[in-house]
Amino acid sequence: MTTDAVLEESLQAERKVIGRGLQLIRRQLRRAPRQFGLGFGGTALYAVMTIASAYAVGYATDAVLIPSIEAGEVSTAGLVGAALLIIGVSAARGLGISLRRYGAYAAQYRLQQRDRTDVTDRYLELPIEWHRRYPTGQLLSNVNADVEAASQIAAPLPMAFGVLVMLAITIVVLIFTDPYLAIVGFAITPAIALTNIAYQRRMRIAAASAQRLRAEVSEIAHESFDAALVVKAMGREDAEVGRFGSRSDDLRDRMVDVGRLRAAFDPMMEALPTIGVLAVVLVGAWRVDQGLMTEGTLVTFAYLFRLIALPMRVFAWLLGQLPMAVVGWDRIEAVLDETGAVEYGTTALTSSGGAAAEAAAVGYLYPETETADLADPDAAPRATTNGERRGIESVTLDVPPGKTVALVGPTGSGKTTVAHLLVRLFDPDEGCIRLDGKGLIDLERSEIADTAALVFQEAFLFDDTIAANITLGAPHSAAEVREAAELAQAHEFISQLPAGYETLVGERGASLSGGQRQRIALARAIVGKPRLLVLDDATSAVDPAVETTILEGLASLDTTVVIVAYRRSSIVLADEVIFIEDGRITGRGTHEGLYAASPAYRALIDAYDKEGAA
Amino acid sequence: MSSTMTRNTIEEEVAARTGAMRTIRRGLALSPELRRGLPGTIVLALLATAGKVIIPIVIQQVLDFGIATDGVDMSFVIRMTWVALGAVALTAAATGWMHLRLAKVSETALSGLRVRAFRHIHDLSMLHQASEQRGALVARVTSDVDQISRFMQWAGLMIIVNAGQALMAIVVMVVYSLPLALVVIVAIPIIILTVRWFQTRLEKAYLIVREKVGRMLATLAEVVVGAPVIRAYGIEQRVRDKLGDAIEEHRASAVKAGGLSSTFSGVGELLSSLVIAGVLVVGTILAVNGTETVGTVVAFLFLVQLFIQPIQTFGEAVNEAQTAVAGWRRVLDVLDIPPDVADPGPRGIDLPHRPLGVDFVNVNFRYPKTGETGREATGTVALRDVSVAIAPQTRVAVVGETGSGKTTFAKLLTRLMDPSSGEVRVGGVNIRNIRFRSLRDRVVMVPQEGMLFRGTIGDNVRMGKPEASRPELDQTFRRLGLDDWLGELAAGLDTQVGERGASLSVGERQLVTLVRAAIADPELLVLDEATSSVDPATEVRISRALNQLTAGRTVVTIAHRMSTAEAADRVLVFDDAEIVQDGTHAELVAEGGVYGRLYASWQRGTADIAAE
Repeated sequence: MTTDAVLEESLQAERKVIGRGLQLIRRQLRRAPRQFGLGFGGTALYAVMTIASAYAVGYATDAVLIPSIEAGEVSTAGLVGAALLIIGVSAARGLGISLRRYGAYAAQYRLQQRDRTDVTDRYLELPIEWHRRYPTGQLLSNVNADVEAASQIAAPLPMAFGVLVMLAITIVVLIFTDPYLAIVGFAITPAIALTNIAYQRRMRIAAASAQRLRAEVSEIAHESFDAALVVKAMGREDAEVGRFGSRSDDLRDRMVDVGRLRAAFDPMMEALPTIGVLAVVLVGAWRVDQGLMTEGTLVTFAYLFRLIALPMRVFAWLLGQLPMAVVGWDRIEAVLDETGAVEYGTTALTSSGGAAAEAAAVGYLYPETETADLADPDAAPRATTNGERRGIESVTLDVPPGKTVALVGPTGSGKTTVAHLLVRLFDPDEGCIRLDGKGLIDLERSEIADTAALVFQEAFLFDDTIAANITLGAPHSAAEVREAAELAQAHEFISQLPAGYETLVGERGASLSGGQRQRIALARAIVGKPRLLVLDDATSAVDPAVETTILEGLASLDTTVVIVAYRRSSIVLADEVIFIEDGRITGRGTHEGLYAASPAYRALIDAYDKEGAA
Repeated sequence: MSSTMTRNTIEEEVAARTGAMRTIRRGLALSPELRRGLPGTIVLALLATAGKVIIPIVIQQVLDFGIATDGVDMSFVIRMTWVALGAVALTAAATGWMHLRLAKVSETALSGLRVRAFRHIHDLSMLHQASEQRGALVARVTSDVDQISRFMQWAGLMIIVNAGQALMAIVVMVVYSLPLALVVIVAIPIIILTVRWFQTRLEKAYLIVREKVGRMLATLAEVVVGAPVIRAYGIEQRVRDKLGDAIEEHRASAVKAGGLSSTFSGVGELLSSLVIAGVLVVGTILAVNGTETVGTVVAFLFLVQLFIQPIQTFGEAVNEAQTAVAGWRRVLDVLDIPPDVADPGPRGIDLPHRPLGVDFVNVNFRYPKTGETGREATGTVALRDVSVAIAPQTRVAVVGETGSGKTTFAKLLTRLMDPSSGEVRVGGVNIRNIRFRSLRDRVVMVPQEGMLFRGTIGDNVRMGKPEASRPELDQTFRRLGLDDWLGELAAGLDTQVGERGASLSVGERQLVTLVRAAIADPELLVLDEATSSVDPATEVRISRALNQLTAGRTVVTIAHRMSTAEAADRVLVFDDAEIVQDGTHAELVAEGGVYGRLYASWQRGTADIAAE
């Protein structure tokens, strides 16, 4: 694309952005009214006092300095008065600056707080399926970078308002004092404005492209360092340096372009106000010569122009922030406007002991694609699979109370989907899941979590103590926690840690091994005494011998167990095995029965056998 | 972002501030391009500031001589305006030229630094030893270098320009009127003390903000990544409360820091008004006595602004400079770590083209603690006095628990690291004396998880042999029995694998790495067996390809499956950094010991059914 085409495109985008930007400004003003009120109050004080300070200096010259010289003596009262006037005006101006900036900060962080809370609230309410549609990074950057970008227009707003006030007042006042000189002075402002706009426009294009290159450089570094072993083992260092270096050079060239723009525009923007002041002095001197104005008025004019010329840059700043802010806001809105939060019923369960779980003709297909951009659902959907849609189809099964059922099948056959549907992590497209004969979607919100517990393959721990990771804030006694940990074969290693159950596990449980994390996650499920326990390959990182002990221990619980299993040793412990292939149930019965009857099942179990851990 | 990492960075930053000048000197020595252009840039900066000082002088001249009480000398006013316009043009030209020079010089130098650091990091074994540091190492070649660039073109420049402006303003003031200048000079210590008072408090306040940001981001990440767990356990309210606290703490700390900074601006304004009032009072008295003119006093009012404003922003610039210097130091520190594995250079030997044997002679390895080099390492002992000879064309399986030393063994064998003491020989030659090019040609390691790069399957396979032709690639796929798999893919060799190979399944990625190793056609193959489970069909393909690949080569496999050990010619059993058993599978099973235990536990896991 030629530079002109790029510029034209950016012009069109700009018009749209400004309309959206004004809406955003209105929204943000309404969302932090007190903070903005403070900021605008401060900025009004600042604006008025800035103009007043120019007059104070002019007054001091005209009414004190020159008369004193002419009289040959100092009027102490006049002098002290002038000094106090200057100090007083400046103090008020200083207060205005402080309030303006404080208000802007307070508004900005208040806006961030509100949006972060609102967006995460939506995250917590929207179905897990919705989460699956977007990459984790996108959801994270929405509550972080997007929220920040949308709030950042709060920073220049009070100042921009102040500059508008100042401009209005000075235009009116100067026109009344000396319209000719006012026209001379303000003749420079359109030039300043145009230069600013032209600068922002070009800078935005260059900066965005530099930003993109910066991301690419970082991506290459990430990929290259992650694959350090391959790079070394294949002697690819020089090729990698070439790949990284050429991007780095592109970034350098683009940054030099940015520097060239700055070199062209920065001096111009500094020079224009100065030229304005010079014009005022030149024409002013002529008018003083003609006896049309006093020397003091001229000083005031010159001073005033210097004061207001520089802050005009705030509009460039505001304009520069708008596009980023609007994109951030679009993404926030996409989440806030998202409907389809999970709805819950009002039914309660009354039975006790192991729960009966049923699936009746259940079908579920995973969303085919994930969307790369929250703000734009049509933007570059990415295939999450290699073309084939995964899911399950007409799955019917029933797990009698207190029994243990193993779900077995090849990778991607749909075992995990069944496990997740059983605890209503999401709802089936068709068919119905029941607990104790009651449809899951009719149950009260807390009822499912109280009745059923799912243990994931990826044990997710919170950055908290081990005890808190087991109880998740529920009021379980230390004895209950210990009992659950013992059943999960976690008590022994926990008690060997220096702080025992009070040990902080670090972010995502980083200080623990995979097997340890899985056992804590299991204890978390057991401690609530669930009536249905669903284990989704929850002990994959645990030693096979320990796994067997755990599963045998679970038999002592008064609970129904559904287990997604990969090892023969765990499969054989189940009362019944359900064999799933390609999203359908193709066999059920005892392990021995299936092993004898189903060649596919036999082949799978034999393949698992080869994978004993050494 | 990890909160512990934030804390570390903050500590580093504080430490870095102490040796700022040393860091800058070292940094400049390393990137001489930066220093070469510096004097010219400083001259341009001074020229640029000079222009700013001209305006008050012109106004003073005009008011004093142009507009006297007895009339206006218009020709003088016009002359002075021309002078001022000239100064404005000079300033503009100097500023523009300075920006351009700075951008060119610093971006060129920093791109060089970035690439040098990137190359250097690839030579550090910590890159593959300490995966948790990888993110930090990426920051060394990205954000840290970007920070230096900003420093060069913004904060560093500001410091020079501001210092120049304040200096010129004070010089002009002294020339104009010593007594009036004294009024300003007296105020300097007060201003500096005030600035420093605020600066130390601001620094602390922003440190707290950064900590709170870290905590908030970590909590936000939990909400996003842990969404399924939160849903399954119905703990939304608890999470909401915790998150609410983290968000509120961040807001409160940020507003507090903002409040401090806002107060600072207001106080700065007040200070400058005090100086202006002082100038006015003293100036009027002097003017009445005939010592000074009206123009001088008025010009002073402008000069005071020119003097105080840079002092106010100076603190800000210094603060930013310190952050940048901390980043610079981190880059330099990485460059200071000597590469632990070095190419022998021209003295090196090329390996002969024949089947290669391997000898370990009294090899010890200890992991270095932070800051130590390989030779003086005092960390965990990973290998203790290991001696073993592997004959050419044998298939050896290495087994042992996690942390027993088997991975270290493989890394020494491929010279990804060097032993702390003892010698590793390949084909009878000390591995340290073999040229890298020859070593990487003859010895190939296939890492555990199929690590691929963005690009096509063909690109990834060609890494094993860059000059390989397309028929050669096709033939290799055929030889490994993978042509049917390749045929199933829509674009065949041209299939894009995505970032880190994400578009392929785990098993498919392993297939590609096997082809990559096969086309390299090495004499010695080191395999790190994958642990993740793969669907049976791919599993069958992998083992078929492996059989093809390993035939006729010397193969050392870090085995995670007993079936691999069973099939090997020889098994080495590692326990607690030593080889404790050595023999065939059958011999070792008869012997019992560590291997017997491992084998029994595996059998328990797979063969319960046999007992029934």
